[in-house]
Amino acid sequence: MELQIDRNAVARCRKSAAAIADPVQAFIERHSTVSVERSILRLLGVDGVGPGDTPVPNMIVESLDASELPNGIAIPFGRALVQTGLEPRALGERLASGGARLAQFGDVPNEAARGAIVAAARAAFDRVLARRAERNDLMQQLPQLPPPLLYMIVASGNIYEDRTAAVAAAEAGAQIIAVIRSTGQSLLDFVPYGPTTEGFGGTYATQANFAIVREALDEASRRLGRYVMLTNYASGLCMPEIAAMAALERLDMLLNDSMYGILFRDINMKRTFVDQHFSRMLNAASGIIINTGEDNYLTTADAVEQAPAVLASQFINEELARRAGMPDRQIGLGDAYEIDPNLEDGFLFEVAQAQLARQIFPDSPLKYMPPTKHMTGDIFKGHLIDAMFNLTSVMTGQTIHLCGILTEAIHTPFLGDRALSLENARYIMRTARHFGDDVVPKPGGRIERRAADVLSECEILLERVAARGLMQSIEAGVFADVKRSPEGGRGFEGVFERAPDYWNPFEELLS
Amino acid sequence: MIKPYGDTLNDGKVQLSFTLPVPWSEAADEAARQLVVKMGFADVQVAEGRAIAESFSFFVVYAATPQAIDFESLAVPSVKTHKMTMEEIDALIEERVGRKVRVAGACIGTDAHTVGIDAILNMKGYQGDYGLERYKMFETYNLGSQVAVEDLVRFTKEKKIDALLASQVVTQKGSDVKNFTALVELLEAEGLRDSVILCCGGPRMTSLLATELGYDAGFGRGTLPSEVAAFIATRMPHRVG
Repeated sequence: MELQIDRNAVARCRKSAAAIADPVQAFIERHSTVSVERSILRLLGVDGVGPGDTPVPNMIVESLDASELPNGIAIPFGRALVQTGLEPRALGERLASGGARLAQFGDVPNEAARGAIVAAARAAFDRVLARRAERNDLMQQLPQLPPPLLYMIVASGNIYEDRTAAVAAAEAGAQIIAVIRSTGQSLLDFVPYGPTTEGFGGTYATQANFAIVREALDEASRRLGRYVMLTNYASGLCMPEIAAMAALERLDMLLNDSMYGILFRDINMKRTFVDQHFSRMLNAASGIIINTGEDNYLTTADAVEQAPAVLASQFINEELARRAGMPDRQIGLGDAYEIDPNLEDGFLFEVAQAQLARQIFPDSPLKYMPPTKHMTGDIFKGHLIDAMFNLTSVMTGQTIHLCGILTEAIHTPFLGDRALSLENARYIMRTARHFGDDVVPKPGGRIERRAADVLSECEILLERVAARGLMQSIEAGVFADVKRSPEGGRGFEGVFERAPDYWNPFEELLS
Repeated sequence: MIKPYGDTLNDGKVQLSFTLPVPWSEAADEAARQLVVKMGFADVQVAEGRAIAESFSFFVVYAATPQAIDFESLAVPSVKTHKMTMEEIDALIEERVGRKVRVAGACIGTDAHTVGIDAILNMKGYQGDYGLERYKMFETYNLGSQVAVEDLVRFTKEKKIDALLASQVVTQKGSDVKNFTALVELLEAEGLRDSVILCCGGPRMTSLLATELGYDAGFGRGTLPSEVAAFIATRMPHRVG
């Protein structure tokens, strides 16, 4: 289907989004964060934990003198590499065990340090590219079913239970598996280590946990003859590190939103902007598709009212992602089916919004989120609402389809709940596969009028944000009615201004 | 005495659905049937049995229960006072308390799901029912997500909070119950328990569970802000009086 939309208005929205991104980008380029520095170490191969389960990358970055941090971790670590002759991982362990301190290698000339880091960074970058090539090969051999790609969540707290549930979901038709993180991990300023079997509302994102599910899904992919994708969550205080781990363990997608952490987790905005940029540079190189989090605007406020804010956020996310070097095909912009089921013609509004996004962002693998806010203990009604969501998704050509679950409001899904959900989606998408190709919305009808209203309100909103500035707009509560100050929120102490000699070896390789 | 109603009084008919960790076969159907018989049901019919993954089968079963409940003898407390409007509640507080009532709400423990507490406190409210921030006679503090119970108790003390709303959505491994209990214990240890109206909320919360946990009231799914407001307003005069 094709809506008549005002293409000039779309162009003006993109222009506003660019004006919004300019000052943010200028800020990003002058700053780094502790999480960016830790991700450099992780990419180089530093891993493991020290006393008190503190990750080695944290210990090393924290050991830097406050006066030295503005130059970045790369040069001091490079000096130690030259002097000790160790590999990055072994050097990390030596430093963590107290067997050496970065400060003691100050005599090594900068050029030698730089040379050692460049070699190690090239090797790391090649590992990332190899993982990407491996994905491309697998997807050639084991082609996916056509989109909407059915995305299923597992979240038991225990990675081994998650593995069982992930494989079962893949067998039942899931094409993408997400392992939900433990509640609150987005607020941890470190990434937990090793396989984990305890979590709250989810399972910790650790590199070992990534590898465990990846291996099981690769095995299932070969058995099923189709590649099953794996995703996890980057948004939070450790966005760049999780992007690095995901690149190394061949995750296929990551939730990565430029504003989610600020608005919904009270993470400092400067920290988030700097972190999202470097993490997206990594995602771009590793071929990872990002999923942005616009669904959150709808779960916390009225979905009809927030529609223009969703579209505005999609424009901003697109612009910031492009500036990190991401091609449109890797920018999975988010939306959700959250309109009150009691609203007359709510379905028409949903179709309008989903189709509008499809036409404005034709190459984006749009991520469509299921109803959650209006799901109740009435699982039978919930299953019906999910069916309408499935229909909207297939008729408007959404790409990444997070399957709604009838027990959404009750518990972490049972294995059987997931199977029922997948069956619902497969049935609707089979029976209505080409419905969208064959219907023409009535010109000037309810759907088209709604789409036009959303677009014009979005344009006004973006103009206002561009005039005021993004950080100032967030401070004034323009998005999601949440007010955040530029110096407030978690993680601000981890942001620092780059010294003239600051160096991040991966920035050159990635751009 | 009452029993589930299928299509005839006291037929006791119920529907069950569940998954068994075995590949589907006729034997799996039989296992499902016997399992429901062992649960004490009669007239067991496995309406549907099929594979949902290589080593899991799903069943829909209809059966009749021999059990019945003496409905007349039940006594279940309800916190739902008679319905009051925002204006009535404000007027009640103004007249009987004579000052603003200080209310603090938070998602406690590791819970980051603020949907419930926001629905009750935010100006906007829920389903057209305004949140407590909109009331003239409430001074409202929404502390947001992942608030440690220690911090909440400290805040209660500092701001002389009258009513405390603790929310938790996540129910995995009973962490909600642990955190709710920890809050009561800490308030008692600080000698604050009797000076606050203590309420808890979450999708699975019931009045009965709230009472067992030592709370004054518990609010579950679908609670409107005015119901919480009315409860606080009607309890307040006893506190200040």
